[in-house]
Amino acid sequence: MHYEAVIGLEVHAQMLTESKIFCGCSTKFGSEPNTQTCPVCIGMPGVLPVLNRKALEFAIKTGLAMNCRISPYSRFARKNYFYPDLPKGYQISQYELPICEHGSLDILVEGETRRIGITRIHMEEDAGKNIHEGGGNFSFVDLNRTGVPLMEIVSEPDMRTPREASEYMKKLRAILRYLGVCDGNMEQGSLRCDANVSVRPAGQKEFGTRAEVKNINSFKFVEKALEYEIKRQIRLLEEGGKVIQETRLWDSSRGITESMRGKEEAHDYRYFPEPDLVPIMVEQEWIDMLKASLPELPDTRRERLVSQYDLPEHDADLLTSERPLADWYEEAAASYSLSISGIAQYKTVSNWVTGELARLLNEENRAIEECPLKPSQLAGLLNLIDDGTISGKIAKSVFEEMYRTGRNAEDIVKEKGLVQISDSGAIEKAIDEIIARNPKEVERFRTGDEKLISFFVGQVMKSTRGKANPQMVNEILKKKLAG
Amino acid sequence: MAIPKGPQMELHTLGIGELRTLLDRKEVAVKDVVDSVYRRIDAVEDRVRAFVTLTRERALEMASEAQKRIDNNLSTPLLGIPLGIKDNMCTRGIRTTCSSKILAQFIPPYESTVTSRLAEKGYILIGKTNLDEFAMGSSTENSGFHTTRNPWDLERIPGGSSGGSTAAVAADECIAALGSDTGGSIRQPASLCGVVGLKPTYGRVSRYGLVAFASSLDQIGPITKNVKDAALLMNVIAGHDPCDSTSAPVDVPDFTAALGHDIKGLRIGVPKEYFIKGMDEEVERSLREALKQLESLGGVPLEVSLPHTDYAVATYYLLATSEASSNLARYDGVKYGFRQTGKDLLEMYKNTRAKGFGSEVKRRIMLGTYALSSGYYDAYYKKAQQVRTLIKRDFEEAFSRVDVMVTPTAPTPAFKVGEKADDPLQMYLSDIFTISVNLAGVPGISIPCGFTHNGLPIGMQLIGRHFDEETILRAAFAYEQATEWHKRKPRI
Repeated sequence: MHYEAVIGLEVHAQMLTESKIFCGCSTKFGSEPNTQTCPVCIGMPGVLPVLNRKALEFAIKTGLAMNCRISPYSRFARKNYFYPDLPKGYQISQYELPICEHGSLDILVEGETRRIGITRIHMEEDAGKNIHEGGGNFSFVDLNRTGVPLMEIVSEPDMRTPREASEYMKKLRAILRYLGVCDGNMEQGSLRCDANVSVRPAGQKEFGTRAEVKNINSFKFVEKALEYEIKRQIRLLEEGGKVIQETRLWDSSRGITESMRGKEEAHDYRYFPEPDLVPIMVEQEWIDMLKASLPELPDTRRERLVSQYDLPEHDADLLTSERPLADWYEEAAASYSLSISGIAQYKTVSNWVTGELARLLNEENRAIEECPLKPSQLAGLLNLIDDGTISGKIAKSVFEEMYRTGRNAEDIVKEKGLVQISDSGAIEKAIDEIIARNPKEVERFRTGDEKLISFFVGQVMKSTRGKANPQMVNEILKKKLAG
Repeated sequence: MAIPKGPQMELHTLGIGELRTLLDRKEVAVKDVVDSVYRRIDAVEDRVRAFVTLTRERALEMASEAQKRIDNNLSTPLLGIPLGIKDNMCTRGIRTTCSSKILAQFIPPYESTVTSRLAEKGYILIGKTNLDEFAMGSSTENSGFHTTRNPWDLERIPGGSSGGSTAAVAADECIAALGSDTGGSIRQPASLCGVVGLKPTYGRVSRYGLVAFASSLDQIGPITKNVKDAALLMNVIAGHDPCDSTSAPVDVPDFTAALGHDIKGLRIGVPKEYFIKGMDEEVERSLREALKQLESLGGVPLEVSLPHTDYAVATYYLLATSEASSNLARYDGVKYGFRQTGKDLLEMYKNTRAKGFGSEVKRRIMLGTYALSSGYYDAYYKKAQQVRTLIKRDFEEAFSRVDVMVTPTAPTPAFKVGEKADDPLQMYLSDIFTISVNLAGVPGISIPCGFTHNGLPIGMQLIGRHFDEETILRAAFAYEQATEWHKRKPRI
């Protein structure tokens, strides 16, 4: 039988506010344990929460970017459960009346756009961290993270493949980063993903029983964890078993999901409206102001890149995955366009940014923000290719040198004597030598093995240390070999 | 003035106004007042047991600071006035127990907004007063430490939960005090101890630093020897606090300015549901006489109806316990306070809370947990919220016809220690006349309006509109000026 998976994601995003959601403590990551705490966030008796307006602003902006309806009246609720990293014994969250509802987000999968519904976005406070170290019969609790503002972004069960889920996560992350409301770092936990997964025979309307997969703590595991879970459920059904409703934990080291707790052990969180906070009233005027202040978002920008620079959809998609990357590209394109008289080949700029530059950055695990090159420097390099000073091949090594040293292309080319040989006499001389040295290959070429042309080109380039103008080499070679 | 002079006189028996005059005229020093209060405490506290913690050293430091300001003629109304503070308001560096074993050793590193406002105005902290554990009770018998006695009859309870504060004021162990009121915890013990107790409008006074029992009902208020002193304290503690989102950004009037104006034509509502069969005869007689008195002062009594009164106690015990079950979850032995170890985390939680909380607190946590549980939420918590709205509307409706309402504060005078301790339902009914006021969020004041044949105080409750403490203070003051009840002192 053929099965179809149904996937919905619950994403927790830590907001990039300076201070916590209900007190003035810093949200900085990685400080000494319990140094960023106060009576409010450690839940001392008698203290009260006060909402950080910035957190509300970030949640509203996110909702607007995801086409949500912003609730003019929403409120906080308490989610009650006992755990050492939860100092009040309840988490202040939103339940019945979240700040944003009924949104959507578009993803591009295999050239097709799919619209994924956003059920709701709500605000809540993060918990602390339990640390099990030192062996003994005890654990430590670090409450620095307690009260860091979170958004929980809940999707509709609209995804059908792990690939779609992973594209959804990428798009979500891109939007959050474009807005500057979350840094999107899954490894550090500032973006967390829980997945609700079920399978059903293809064609069936009703959903199957779902399992919730938690602890997907890296981008590369989104697809892997879902693939595993879907296979597990299908296998179960095919063996005549039943999927049970439960919470499962993704174990990345073993590549499997494992049961954490069943439905019977599920918490009864006893939600009720938070009496320490007044309901949140948001005025339309403020919503309009925030809407006007939104930056250009990935989808709009991708479309603009396609039309403005005549880029293929794929390039535009890659370039707009990160706001600073698109910024870098557009600056390079502008600078390149200004430096030439003819019509700029923007696709070439894209090739360099998504190709060589991306490769070099990846090698060092660097973000585009940490790129040692200025966009105008790439334009400088492209000018040298355009006017025939260097070949495309040489350009690659020049670019690498630029990247390592931060120097301009022109200086490197001059200093290393990499100027392209476009003197036909010099090229002819080199070709003659190669022909003389390889009589057998010449014979085979002349009797029809035309593929050997690349062998001769290679030999010539080698003898000129790559500096010969490849186009001229091709032409002259063909002429001479033809005898 | 008929006040004897010299440091040997009984300064502790005076109110804020009288002491102000003496201090500002420099006829007595702040230290004389503080010494007098502690001498009184030394004399009677072992019988009254109003305090959990006495703060003699802190009081003397505060006294010398206050004296300096008086000497520099920088006097303000509360400067140098010794107050008792209910032990559920956090005081930095001074243990704050809520009369619970679970917080017996808890010393807050922060100050409640009310006490920091008082401190700015130079009050003297005499000590932290006893209460029913976490303010849950009507007699102080639920204190995790000891039961406070009623100064009018040491065999009887002082009422609760602010029984420590009302007993201390009645016994002259402090000049005035702060209490907190969730369902009557200021007014009921004020009534039983023959003192003045005001529960302000919800949102009038900051709750920051008040250890929460039921967040949507809790409110701090003054407990004093006369109405004017209550207005003086209100002038300092009222007002919006950026640390408490539920404190209202409403202007604070000078509450003393309302006093002294007559009450001619004031429409006084008498809710018929509050004069019920089976209520104590002496209480009813006193109330009827008090109403006549108000009428003779120009007030116009009118019968009104609060039709949902019968549901108030049930509604209250669902909402207050629900909030309490969540508010008290933080006492888990992990971070601060009492911890009883166990073989694992769950057992540690269970042991800590089983041993740290008293039985009434545990009863209410269980009630509230049940009411919030999935499957019961709609029938209990949600329904109770809906009824609360109806009760609020009752009050709005009544206040469209009258300016204040008058009721007994408590159905009976002070009962004997142990009399209702084993019957929680009987105990809950002690607050039958005060609970609706918290549910509606309106202000209420209890003032002395008579005594029983055996010398126990009886209180009258005046209820006002939202943020209209001024009218009930004005009416209470007019009544007080016309009567002598507030001048009687218990003999201990």
